[in-house]
Amino acid sequence: MSQTNGQTGGQTAVHHGRTLDLKLCIWRQPGPRAEGRMVEYDLPGVSEDMSFLEMLDLLNERLIAKEQEPVAFEHDCREGICGSCGMMINGQAHGPQLGTATCQLHMRKFNSGDVIEIEPWRAAAFPIVRDLVVNRSALDRIVEAGGYISVTAGAAPEANIIPVPKPVADAAFDAAACIGCGACVAACPNGAAQLFTAAKVAHLNLLPQGQAERFSRTEAMVERMEEFFGSCTFHGECEAACPKRISLENIVLMNGDYVRAKFKNRRLAGRR
Amino acid sequence: MIHLDPAVPDGPIEQKWDQHKFEMKLVAPHNRRRFEVIVVGTGLAGGAAAATLGELGYKVKAFTFHDSPRRAHSIAAQGGINAAKNYRGDGDSVQRLFYDTVKGGDFRAREANVYRLAQLSVNIIDQCVAQGVPFAREYGGLLDTRSFGGTQVSRTFYARGQTGQQLLLGAYSALARQVEAGNVELFDRSEMLDVVVKDGRACGIVVRNLHTGQIVSHAAHAVVLATGGYGNVFYLSTNAKASNASAIWRAHRKGAALANPCYTQIHPTCIPASDEFQSKLTLMSESLRNDGRIWVPEEFGDPRPPNQIPESERDYYLERRYPAFGNLVPRDVASRAAKREVDAGRGVGPLKNGVYLDFKTAVERLGRNTIEERYGNLFEMYERITDEDPYQVPMRIYPAVHYTMGGLWVDYNLMSTIPGLFVGGEANFSDHGANRLGASALMQGLADGYFVLPYTVPNYLAGMLGQAPIPADDPVFRAAEAEVADRTQRYLSTGGTRSVDDLHRELGKIMWDNCGMARSREGLEKAISEIAALRVEFDRDLRVLGSADTLNQSLEKAGRVDDFFELAGLLCRDALHREESCGGHFRVEHQTEEGEALRDDDHFAYAAAWEYAGPGAEPILNKEPLEFDHVHLAQRSYK
Ligand SMILES: Cc1cc2nc3c(=O)[nH]c(=O)nc-3n(C[C@H](O)[C@H](O)[C@H](O)COP(=O)(O)OP(=O)(O)OC[C@H]3O[C@@H](n4cnc5c(N)ncnc54)[C@H](O)[C@@H]3O)c2cc1C
Ligand code: SF4
Repeated sequence: MSQTNGQTGGQTAVHHGRTLDLKLCIWRQPGPRAEGRMVEYDLPGVSEDMSFLEMLDLLNERLIAKEQEPVAFEHDCREGICGSCGMMINGQAHGPQLGTATCQLHMRKFNSGDVIEIEPWRAAAFPIVRDLVVNRSALDRIVEAGGYISVTAGAAPEANIIPVPKPVADAAFDAAACIGCGACVAACPNGAAQLFTAAKVAHLNLLPQGQAERFSRTEAMVERMEEFFGSCTFHGECEAACPKRISLENIVLMNGDYVRAKFKNRRLAGRR
Repeated sequence: MIHLDPAVPDGPIEQKWDQHKFEMKLVAPHNRRRFEVIVVGTGLAGGAAAATLGELGYKVKAFTFHDSPRRAHSIAAQGGINAAKNYRGDGDSVQRLFYDTVKGGDFRAREANVYRLAQLSVNIIDQCVAQGVPFAREYGGLLDTRSFGGTQVSRTFYARGQTGQQLLLGAYSALARQVEAGNVELFDRSEMLDVVVKDGRACGIVVRNLHTGQIVSHAAHAVVLATGGYGNVFYLSTNAKASNASAIWRAHRKGAALANPCYTQIHPTCIPASDEFQSKLTLMSESLRNDGRIWVPEEFGDPRPPNQIPESERDYYLERRYPAFGNLVPRDVASRAAKREVDAGRGVGPLKNGVYLDFKTAVERLGRNTIEERYGNLFEMYERITDEDPYQVPMRIYPAVHYTMGGLWVDYNLMSTIPGLFVGGEANFSDHGANRLGASALMQGLADGYFVLPYTVPNYLAGMLGQAPIPADDPVFRAAEAEVADRTQRYLSTGGTRSVDDLHRELGKIMWDNCGMARSREGLEKAISEIAALRVEFDRDLRVLGSADTLNQSLEKAGRVDDFFELAGLLCRDALHREESCGGHFRVEHQTEEGEALRDDDHFAYAAAWEYAGPGAEPILNKEPLEFDHVHLAQRSYK
């Protein structure tokens, strides 16, 4: 075995693909109470293999070199699963590619000479912290209201005692795939969080384990949501913006359960 | 020297945990509210621990630097979680999971801890299913499993390619329930920057609010760290960008021994780097090796596209060299084998820096739909990054830094060498020895969080009944706060020319080149001096713009990279002192004729617990001897 770890090209490779020269217009706002404005930057020499966030890294490195403060933006896993990143790219939440979080968007989807406008999520419930960073804690408050199945550690029955039909497990999974990014709220003209909340509600309400608390959960979560967010008038923009393709059907399901929660005799809930 | 007491209970290994649970002290329900516990980190280990301690009635404060517990790096785990349920009737058992883990770890883990982990694995699945984790199911409605490397049974439970996400959402929901109930107070965007120790016990922490820059102390009867791994010391890794070692490093500086830092895991199946702006590497889950076959062209530098290379001219080198385990050999073995092919000049792709992972046979055998169901999101992720369709063209993969087996030394109770400071999840060193088997980190994090810490922390607390925590305005807290503030100011006022990322990238390159998949005395000595030189550069030429009282991401990174520098030095020293090859630690001087890792059990069958000796001073080595009474020491063979 040779003595090097040479990840051939790994950390030193030189790129040979297409490069793009871009103009960026980015929302800069130094703090929560400060004024913000759009600022233009020229960014030549962007490799098409870069992710959108690597393009912003490059911009930031160049800004720091010029002694200008870098653009603040949220990111972490850079694999489309943590839900940290999120920005309006040319007016679209997470940019032009359907079913894709910002970190998974690559520069090959753009052309040299493009002007790219980048703004933070805009929603009354998401105050701006700085530049492209917003505070999405209101989403956590909705989950705290009832987004769980109450089970004490150690009290769980043997796992295979509750068979879950595969289609049911799959449907619950589809709803549970939500990454909590908030794009649905940002895309909604009313700043509603129906798609997020419905994804959480549907995940648990579909499963047999979730039946005991089904109606109390729905009621609590919907009402908590309404404390923070606008109301849903069924525009459907959220579904188009969602990087995990969470379906509007979940909202129908949640609304149905909410109505039933109000009228149903809960002692009969076990009978569905 | 620190006195290392592993505190392993007496008795037969099968009964140790049960007996210990009986012997540990309890706190009566009405007294629990009088105890305050701090949990730093809300990933699988921390989230589960905070939720469970809250549920029991303790007053818990949970801290994360993320904006929500749901964003912890655990969310990114893909492939699955092991448990000895034996639902397949394929010969699995607690005993076998224990055996596989000790052997997979190349005989460098503490047997008693591993046995407990195997026992608890079955409870984890029960717990998670009850919480509503949507694990994969068979048509009959029962739970499905798949195989992972280093085992010959199918014991890995999974939720498509998003197992970590679903498990974390489960732990997060349990935590959210306790927050709502008022049992847990949640501090998000709060980065712990010091552990406070008084009279030899951990009594609290100092945190900085990342939005306002405010530095605040929190006092408690006990502190739990569950702050994840340190793979980002290599800059490029599969870890999330913000994953860092500051919490454990600062605890180390306060007296907690750090064990086996050189045991780092290089994962065999990641997407190869494409250019110099690469900000991280992306994992392609090990589960893909269930159905994908790894190969390289037999001919050096074969220019043909993969689909035009006939079967007879392909070398399925894992199947050839390891017929019993084939593509499912453990990670360290698979990674070194890939490196060997690429180094020999048989690498593929535009930069010749990968090997193929081919699904052609699997698609033919099982149909595209089945493959899509099993790995759809991974294939999509691959396509997004590389612009190639893995259903048509084989994936290109190469090893990358992925996981760190080393971490703070803990005893059987998961307590560090600082009394009152407990450590769970990837942040501690327990259970995986020198190499972790796939799907075992999620298992360990949840075992620690749901089932171990909720017993061992109260056992510690019980002895403190009636004592109030040291108040958060005690001089010892004030001094720690001042130190944190100084440090922050120092980064801002250096006024140099190089960005944090620039310096971090250079550190990562030193580490990868000299302390990555193959290590040598010469390379490690070189790395140690290069790291020291670069550290001087960091102190002199760092540029962090802006101020300390707003969100300042460069400032956050500066503190983390500062700690990575010190950790990198220790990591290389540990690698240098360990004159053997074991698991993820491969010293070129110590290998068999076939190029496999060559352990030296006579001299190195111990955990190396390093003690901090002050800035710039040589760290002190303490040894915990390891005994193997149940799994007999043998050279690992996967042939
Ligand atoms: C891409 C990828 C895939 C993986 N797939 C698998 C798999 O399939 N199966 C498997 O078993 N394992 C897998 N692993 C490993 C596994 O995911 C991790 O080891 C595990 O999730 C770590 O959990 P944790 O709770 O210890 O830490 P983390 O989930 O990393 O959580 C750390 C927490 O600590 C907080 N924190 C850290 N420092 C501070 C500080 N200073 N102040 C305040 N808060 C702090 C963070 O905010 C976070 O909440 C994978 C890892 C990666 C990188
Ligand atoms: S529903 Fe979709 S858009 Fe909304 S938070 Fe979840 S993943 Fe994001």
